[in-house]
Amino acid sequence: MSRQSNRTTDSKKMNSELFTLTYGALVTQLCKDYENDEEVNKQLDKMGYNIGVRLIEDFLARSSIGRCQDFRETADVISKVAFKMYLGITPSVTNWSPAGDELSLILESNPLVDFVELPDNHSSLVYSNLLCGVLRGALEMVQMAVDVKFAQDTLRGDNVTEIRMKFIKRIEENLPAGDE
Amino acid sequence: MADDVLFEFLHMEMVSHIYKDQASRGEMEKDRATCVSTLEGMGFRVGQGLIERFTKDSPSFKDDLDVMKFICKDFWINVFRKQIDNLRTNHQGTYVLQDNKFALLTQFSNGKQYLEEAPKYLAYSCGLVRGALSNLGMDCVVTAEVSLMPSCESLLSSSSSSFIIYHHTTPNITDTTEMF
Repeated sequence: MSRQSNRTTDSKKMNSELFTLTYGALVTQLCKDYENDEEVNKQLDKMGYNIGVRLIEDFLARSSIGRCQDFRETADVISKVAFKMYLGITPSVTNWSPAGDELSLILESNPLVDFVELPDNHSSLVYSNLLCGVLRGALEMVQMAVDVKFAQDTLRGDNVTEIRMKFIKRIEENLPAGDE
Repeated sequence: MADDVLFEFLHMEMVSHIYKDQASRGEMEKDRATCVSTLEGMGFRVGQGLIERFTKDSPSFKDDLDVMKFICKDFWINVFRKQIDNLRTNHQGTYVLQDNKFALLTQFSNGKQYLEEAPKYLAYSCGLVRGALSNLGMDCVVTAEVSLMPSCESLLSSSSSSFIIYHHTTPNITDTTEMF
C-alpha cells in the first residue's frame, strides 16, 4: 500500500485529465454530429442537466450538508463545497443583484478547458456549457428553479470565466394526485 | 482534481446520449455498431492523449510484454483505480486482461442482470486501451467480453470482464461474445 501513497496525488491528477480529455472528446463528437454551435450548446446543457440530477444525490450523500435556508447560503455551498469537491476549485461569489436573486460565480481557472483552444469557426460555442446544465439539474432536485449561463469565458478571450446564476422560483413539491 | 465519480457520470451520460441520438435520428444505416464505434473512437483519441501524459517521463519499454504490464498496472490504476487482476498471453500476440471488478460496471449488478447492456459501457474503455497501445507503438484490436461468474454467492467477483487484445490485427476468428 505504501507505494500508492505518493501515487494518490498523481492518480487524482490523472483522473482529472481523464475527465478533461473525455469531455473534450465529447464536445468534438457533438460538433461533428450537429451543424451549428447553438445546437451543441443545447445538447451540452441537456446532458449536464441529466448529470446534475444524479450528481446532487452523490453530493448530498458525501457532504451531509443540510437544507440551505436561502439562495445566498446555496451559492456559498455551491462554491465552497461542491465545486471544491468535484473540480478542486473554489469560485468566488460576487455581483449580487439588488434583489438578491442573481449572482456571479467567478472561476479563476476552469479544469474543463485544460489543453483546449477554440478554433475560429466555433466562436459561439459555449464549451463548458455542461456545467450550466449540471447546476440547473442539481438545483432543480432541491426545489430551486434557476437559470444558469456563462457571462464570460476564458476560451473566448475573457480574463476569467464567469457563470451567471439567476434564481427563478422555488419549485413546490407536487403530490401525485390529480392530473399534470 | 476532478472526482472519480464525475468521470463515471459523464461516461454514463455519453453512452446514453449516443444511443438516444441514434434512435431519434432514425437513420436505418446507423445501428448499434455505429454507436459502439463512435464511443470507441472517442476512447481512442483520449487514450492516445492520456498515454502521452503518463509516459512522458518514463523510459521506453523493452518489449511488448513490458508494455502490457504497464497497461495492466500503472495505466489501469490511473484510469480505473485498480490493477488488472489477471494477464494471460499466448506469446503470439494475443493478450487477455481480466478485471474482476471493472470500475464502470460495478454499479450494474452482481450477477447476470443487465448482461446485454454491458457492452455499451465497455466500448469507450476499449478505445482507451487501443489508443494507449497505438501511441506506444502497438497496433492492436481490442475487444471486451463480459462473462459473469456463475456463482453469485462469491462476493469477490461481481462483474468479471476480460479485455482481449489481439496484436498485429490477427483476423478475428473467435467467438461472438464480443462487443454487441
